[in-house]
Amino acid sequence: MAYTGWYFSITVCVIYLITATFNLSKVFFALDQFKMIILKILPVLLLIFILMVVTNYFVNPKTLTKYMGKNSGIKGWIIAIIAGIISTGPIYMWYPLLNDLQKQGMRTGLIATFLYNRAVKIPLLPMLIIYFGLTYSIVLLTSIIFVSVAQGIATEKIMEIIE
Amino acid sequence: MNTTKLKESVQKAGKGLWNSFPYLIGVILLISLLSVSISESSFTLLFKGNLILDPLIGDILGSILAGNPITSYIVGGELLNEGISLVAVTAFLVSWGTVGIIQLPAESILLGKKFAISRNFTAFIFSIIVAILTVTGVNYFDN
Repeated sequence: MAYTGWYFSITVCVIYLITATFNLSKVFFALDQFKMIILKILPVLLLIFILMVVTNYFVNPKTLTKYMGKNSGIKGWIIAIIAGIISTGPIYMWYPLLNDLQKQGMRTGLIATFLYNRAVKIPLLPMLIIYFGLTYSIVLLTSIIFVSVAQGIATEKIMEIIE
Repeated sequence: MNTTKLKESVQKAGKGLWNSFPYLIGVILLISLLSVSISESSFTLLFKGNLILDPLIGDILGSILAGNPITSYIVGGELLNEGISLVAVTAFLVSWGTVGIIQLPAESILLGKKFAISRNFTAFIFSIIVAILTVTGVNYFDN
């Protein structure tokens, strides 16, 4: 894992170089976009760093297993749903923290449920209502929340079959 | 407060973020290139007006594309105005937020290959289920 990330980034840079040989301006536009995204996610990155420090400090594997482990029951699902809904920023920003929690014993299905609920964006609810209406928005978000539990269980089952 | 434990927690968090750094940069670079490469107006051309095929196309499109959810609402609204079915548009909106083909390499390495593939596969399938549930629910409440 130590170098895989760098190989991945280098591969993406090669894609940029190939694109630049055909269309240099597209690469400059993409780099502008990249800069904009980086500036936008910096506060989220800071929040995630703080959350990682807090979980490392206060949460030990025993506590985490109790609340989000294999036998956490309904409270584990509720925590995963609420955490997924209130978490901000792009989905990939949360991988480092989830990686930490996974190592400490967080249930796989709960990670999947957390990530699924990231589709519920409360701050963007007015925008969703403007585009698609109130009834649609409420039914959609409710469906996502309920289905997220089924998706978490399905992810676990598929992983068990693969293993 | 235990300062040694706090220092260890900060170091561990810093190391965790640093290890994830190249994946995050790679994913953001890919998303940036994709967002300037594909024109949003061309999405409508992909749909065929088929009630079964269109939700699948919406699901695939949402899985490949990534970025701010506001963009998905705008594109979804445009697709709806162009006459694309609500099930297809909903599958597109849900898969945009739940499936991440571009993020798959980073997710595979940070959270495990089996997990990333299983999660994205189930999220892909459940996007259509959510779309059907939503449209059925909306029709029920509107009538």
